[in-house]
Amino acid sequence: MGLELYLHLLSQPCRAIYIFAKKNGIPFQQRTVELLKGQHLSDAFAQVNPLKKVPALKDGDFILTESVAILLYLVRKYKVPDYWYPQDLQARARVDEYLAWQHTALRRNCLRALWHKVMFPVFLGEQVSSELLAATLAELDVTLQVLEDKFLQNKAFLVGPQISLADLVAITELMHPVGAGCQVFEGRPKLAAWRRRVEAAVGEDLFREAHEVILKVKDTPPADPTVKQKMMPRVLAMIQ
Amino acid sequence: MGLELYLDLMSQPCRAVYIFAKKNGIPFQLRTVELLKGQHYTDSFAQINPLRKVPALKDGDFTLAESVAILLYLSRKYKTPDHWYPQDLQARARVDEFLSWQHTALRSCCSRAMWQKMMFPVVMRQPVPQETLLSTLAELDSCLQLLEDKFLRDQDFLTGPQISVADLMAITELMHPVSAGCQIFESRPKLAAWRRRVEAVVGEDLFREAHAVVLKAKDTPPLDPAMKEKFQHLMRLLLQ
Repeated sequence: MGLELYLHLLSQPCRAIYIFAKKNGIPFQQRTVELLKGQHLSDAFAQVNPLKKVPALKDGDFILTESVAILLYLVRKYKVPDYWYPQDLQARARVDEYLAWQHTALRRNCLRALWHKVMFPVFLGEQVSSELLAATLAELDVTLQVLEDKFLQNKAFLVGPQISLADLVAITELMHPVGAGCQVFEGRPKLAAWRRRVEAAVGEDLFREAHEVILKVKDTPPADPTVKQKMMPRVLAMIQ
Repeated sequence: MGLELYLDLMSQPCRAVYIFAKKNGIPFQLRTVELLKGQHYTDSFAQINPLRKVPALKDGDFTLAESVAILLYLSRKYKTPDHWYPQDLQARARVDEFLSWQHTALRSCCSRAMWQKMMFPVVMRQPVPQETLLSTLAELDSCLQLLEDKFLRDQDFLTGPQISVADLMAITELMHPVSAGCQIFESRPKLAAWRRRVEAVVGEDLFREAHAVVLKAKDTPPLDPAMKEKFQHLMRLLLQ
């Protein structure tokens, strides 16, 4: 069967894996899991990932969840260029540090920004108070400052002079609020310059392809009522 | 100067790093950062970790935040026994999967359970609504079920037949609600057996030493208002 990647490009971590696999010429079967139709909640998908989340990897009988684990597995199995996850002790530690920090920081804020600004009103038909939205966008702003001040600083990429997994994970996160219409890069020239470098390193065609879905997210049709009902509790838990 | 570890054994990830370093005979200077005295908010500590959190590592000029990054750095630099972070591709992926999952799952519910059940009412003298506490304890319960069903299953340790950094992270997390009086092992014989195995491998003296502080947390004298003020932001997050 070969490597199978269960993905949906609406999801930030899925985009990071998609770009990484494509960029490195890793052969895989893409299994699209239609999140907006609730396909991740199906019994069939639960056989792959009982946590009912994407991304998920299936390599023969071996099933793996969690995007960071999947990226590291692909790095090791397919022996990609060193800069993605450098051998150097300290450089590697910097990548690990970013990959750990982002779960409860950038990931959380970018997810909340998208859902509060677009997905709740447009997809779920639920109003979000302007105070809540303002608070979410303010938190995102603080996190972007940390991204610039602690991680990027005056370097070309987040952990050094070359692109790494950290940059892929970060850029795919930031495209979430961009898709929602947030001004993430405007007013942040350092971050904007970093974005251009990451896009150039990834390749503009691949970057565009990976982000087609999220850049059209404002046109998402309203959810089917049954799907909405099934998804609500999980959405609320996800953006907590 | 040598390796310095900035820790407060009140913190779950600090305990994991402490146990790992001690168990593996890694020489280090312990720099205690007293969280309840707000020592992590000082300018001098910000030099070590601008994210103002523990644990943090300083190795010569190299500083590192994030417990997962620190554990992996130590395992590589000090060439600790393979079982802690196995070379085998799939075994390592299992450890990565746990280390990734725990950030927003186990870490989150163990912190909130401990704070809502004990730290807020006793130390902060702030009552917590009964519904909030019950909801958090229910979440903790689901999380523990997932820990048993997805990770532990019928294995001796979370990711296989031998202890790894995943078990250290997990056990130190679970001691948080234990310190608040939650009966998490009493109704879960599988988890209780796993705990005994982990304690036996770590060594009961070291385990007790690492947990002495948190097991006495309920005797912490109430915080003065100025200190409470500093914790406002954290308190909002922990009251969810």
